[in-house]
Amino acid sequence: MQRVSLWKLFLVFNKIGAFTIGGGYMMLPAIEDELLRRKWIPEADLPDVVALSQSAPGLISVNMAIFAGYRLHGFAGSIVATLGCILPPFAIILAIAMFFSDFSDTPVVQRIFAGVRPVAVGLIAAYTIKLLRAGGGRWWKLLLSFSTMAAVALLQLSPVWILLTVIVVAAATAYCLQRRAR
Amino acid sequence: MSEEMILLWQLFWSFFFIGIFTFGGGYAIMSLIQSEIVIARGWISEATFTDIAAISQMTPGPIGLNCSTYTGYAVLRDAGASVAVSTLGSAAASLAIVLPSFIMMTLIVRFYARAHEAPIFQRVMAALKPAVAGLIGAAALGMMLKVQWNDGIPAISLLEENFSSWKSWVLFALATAASLRFKGATVKILLAGALAGFIGFA
Repeated sequence: MQRVSLWKLFLVFNKIGAFTIGGGYMMLPAIEDELLRRKWIPEADLPDVVALSQSAPGLISVNMAIFAGYRLHGFAGSIVATLGCILPPFAIILAIAMFFSDFSDTPVVQRIFAGVRPVAVGLIAAYTIKLLRAGGGRWWKLLLSFSTMAAVALLQLSPVWILLTVIVVAAATAYCLQRRAR
Repeated sequence: MSEEMILLWQLFWSFFFIGIFTFGGGYAIMSLIQSEIVIARGWISEATFTDIAAISQMTPGPIGLNCSTYTGYAVLRDAGASVAVSTLGSAAASLAIVLPSFIMMTLIVRFYARAHEAPIFQRVMAALKPAVAGLIGAAALGMMLKVQWNDGIPAISLLEENFSSWKSWVLFALATAASLRFKGATVKILLAGALAGFIGFA
């Protein structure tokens, strides 16, 4: 492991945070690219880093920044990489939010957002369809997806209860299977 | 404590809580913000949240972070706070959403960097994926339908703020199809929606 300066770490993640539009799935390749190009993480370790960042709670790109920062400069490194990654989007959103709250009631903005709103909903719907397809049509997965959808959207159950139930049931099943295998 | 400080504090813990349960990245956060901030707390309206969801996808950075930053600002602003206090709101929400993954990731890297190879871990992740797909679908449904429960009887109606006419449904269908057909075209699709709104909703 090499020692990378905190400032360098900050700048690289700053660049990633500032220039990748489209969220985690677009940022992931950008982060991978930077890490490999700078030889900050051995190529063989990369799949592990990505898998961990995707499965730990939180934002995938931020998790990658935390992980890489820690590897390169310990605890301070993870803080600096995270801040580097989140400061540019934070500043941009803040500027838009300040600006938008003054103009959101004007007729032109209302018209534009009358078009943008259904499109934004369509994008989320499309993403849902992509995730459902990724399940490979297994019946229990589809059942789980659609019952979750109904429970949250119609019964207005908190997603937290559903996630907790899924975690507990899956962990218990895995534990029992493991014991039986032994 | 002043009312604004209490709201800031509540906002921080709401987002910390959301951060703990964010599995599956940015779009999953939308579902949690919708149920905790929009429906349970009623701090912002569904239409405001839809605007936030749209803008979060158009600007650089992680969608979930953009969404949290903006929601933090909007919650305080809608409660009548000043620009400065609303800025604190966005900072509180952004920090709070990152904090749980910060704690988790540092622990994992430090003590158990191969955690994802454990069979129990893999089973839990495999089971979470379809649930998260359902959550994200619920976020979309929540932006389309208004559900109100009166003594055990649900009253379901369309959310007029987001779907004001048949044109909205055409745009919705086109956006869904385009997003499934073209990879990485999110920003272009949203900009096309903005243009269509400017021309078609006069």
